Amino acid sequence: MRLARHLPVTTLAAAIAISGHAQAQTEITVATVNNNDMVIMQSLTDAFEEAHPDITLDWVVLEENVLRQRMTTDIATGGGQFDVMTIGTYEVPIWAERGWLSPLDNLPDDYNEGDLLASVRDGLSLDGTLHALPFYAESSMMYYRKDLFENAGIEMSEQPTWEEVREWAGELHGSEDGLAGICLRGKPGWGENMAFLTTLVNTYGGRWFDEEWNPELNSEEWVSAIQFYVDLLNDYGPPGASSNGFNENLALFSRGNCAMWVDATSAAGKLFDENESDVADSLGFAPAPIAETPKGSHWLWSWALAIPASSEKQEAALEFITWATSEEYIELVGETQGWTSVPPGTRESTYANEQYTEAAPFADFVLNAIKETDPNDSTLKPNPYVGVQTVNIPEFQSIGTQVGQTIAAALTGDTTVEQALDNAQRATERTMQRAGYIER
Amino acid sequence: MTTLSSKTAAPRSASGWRSAQAKRAMITVLGWSVALVIFFPIFWMILTGFKTETAAIADPTLIFSPTLESYQAVQARSGYTRFALNSVAVAFGSTFFALLIAIPCAYAMAFLPTKRTKGTLLWMLSTKMLPSVGVLVPIYLIFRDVGLLDTRTGLIIVYTLMNLPIVVWMLYTFFKDMPKDILEAGRMDGASTLQEVCFLLLPLTLPGIASTGLLSVILSWNEAFWSLNLTTSSAAPLTAYIASFSSPEGLFWAKLSAASTMAIAPILILGWMTQKQMVRGLTFGAVK
Repeated sequence: MRLARHLPVTTLAAAIAISGHAQAQTEITVATVNNNDMVIMQSLTDAFEEAHPDITLDWVVLEENVLRQRMTTDIATGGGQFDVMTIGTYEVPIWAERGWLSPLDNLPDDYNEGDLLASVRDGLSLDGTLHALPFYAESSMMYYRKDLFENAGIEMSEQPTWEEVREWAGELHGSEDGLAGICLRGKPGWGENMAFLTTLVNTYGGRWFDEEWNPELNSEEWVSAIQFYVDLLNDYGPPGASSNGFNENLALFSRGNCAMWVDATSAAGKLFDENESDVADSLGFAPAPIAETPKGSHWLWSWALAIPASSEKQEAALEFITWATSEEYIELVGETQGWTSVPPGTRESTYANEQYTEAAPFADFVLNAIKETDPNDSTLKPNPYVGVQTVNIPEFQSIGTQVGQTIAAALTGDTTVEQALDNAQRATERTMQRAGYIER
Repeated sequence: MTTLSSKTAAPRSASGWRSAQAKRAMITVLGWSVALVIFFPIFWMILTGFKTETAAIADPTLIFSPTLESYQAVQARSGYTRFALNSVAVAFGSTFFALLIAIPCAYAMAFLPTKRTKGTLLWMLSTKMLPSVGVLVPIYLIFRDVGLLDTRTGLIIVYTLMNLPIVVWMLYTFFKDMPKDILEAGRMDGASTLQEVCFLLLPLTLPGIASTGLLSVILSWNEAFWSLNLTTSSAAPLTAYIASFSSPEGLFWAKLSAASTMAIAPILILGWMTQKQMVRGLTFGAVK
């Protein structure tokens, strides 16, 4: 009986004993993804802690979608589990508008805010106030194999067009064993195939919505762009293209299985690294191809560090994010990890650094591509939204993924392009009606 | 049953013996095939952990030059030990509490049933049918308010509750198969209920309790939804560790496989070591 009487107390004590929870000085929790640049940032934790002895860093690394869902739950419920969050250009203005992010209007003088690239800075601001600091930024461009082009006697244009790309893909497809003329994203998702396809539609003169927020997914521009994409990939793409995202295409291209690939500029460093890529010697770069208009033909994305309004360690968090996005940090990465590993696309000073431009011959392409994008004016006809490859409204994640799935179905031949886009149009109309953008 | 009947039929005639042999061979082949199919993903994962990132995503092949670079990268990046200790604490802690609650519960249901016992059992099981995400926000809010977010205690509570229906059900089945006369004999000798449970019931149903405990440990060890949502770093177990190796930009399959192999290794070894007891426990009472 004695045992029975003491059981609850014993069990409670045991529970407390095995759940020890230590806390030291000011510990800030940084939520991030497992991209190479973030892995480097983690490896430099000691350098930060040495320079800031009163702050320690605690890392939470999660899969991108899980991270986004965790952060949303945490901010919406005021959980206060994170002090620094890694988010993208898409979320920053939306979350800032809801008051979820702390405005960064008190940056220290030595941060040199004016050095940030204007388009990247604008993408992370709400009403002119930064709500996140850019960690690295990317646009899109074309990679191609110079050796194949030379052998076939093809000369790359200064600004290639999609029609030229189709011709070249036709010539090069199958010229080597297992060689695809072109690799493009096919895996459905708002951040996967739709990121690329939106830029393709943009350059074909299309847009997601007219000025009254009516979807235009079955417009002539969308149909011609998507038909072109489906034909191009089916004729000259790699087998199973509908399941290829950024990572799969990166692997294909770096193994020499693609003659051309249009994707994120952030792949340049990896493709140029001889340890990771078989095509480092023959790698060529060109701007993303265009069709009717150069507007919106390449995207803008940045991974940025933000402080949730629910964090109770605002000062320490600000110390960290200003350090991780500073010129000093970029220098530190260059010196310790090699200059090709420097987080690109955030600061003018990075591109003024000769050590970087010498080590990374793709630097100018990346800089120009980022500078040329304007998220506020990304389509030929006027549109009501902000974003190049995204529409920065909360509903876009689900709309983008749904449309991505219908287009993937057209790519695999399950539906025709017209049917797919009609379905996408109807689904998007319903979502926009429910969300109150347009009347029922 | 098949084995028993074939054994007895064996001496009767040569053709009978041959057909029994053939039957046994077929069963063996079938058993091995099922086992191989089940084990194949684990085998492939272990293999991928020893490939380079580019080889991992290349066309599937069994011939490649193995490398430890993924294991080195995984080791270099994050504290495996911290995650592993959390997994051990949470899996064994929740199993301990689940058994602690479930044993008296199953005892009452097996030996002192009422007309609502069956209904209660079914109702308990029905709680498993609710998708976890349905209760995520309420649980998250409660945990936030009582300060249990990112604590092992919080995870132990959730896992205990999560596994309780299964543990009660399994124990109930084992207890029900135990002859009541033994307990009655103990009672005649003046044993209290607690003594009856501790000195008669538990020793006699130990294989069943052990296999139930092992199953609970395995379920808690592998659980990912709650651990990803309720922990950040202090209490994050190995499932959160694995999830951290996925990358939106960059190749990660080899590293993910290496991390997964390291994460399942302890539980795989434990399962291997205790497989006899587990099988004995799971078939406990099946043949009388």
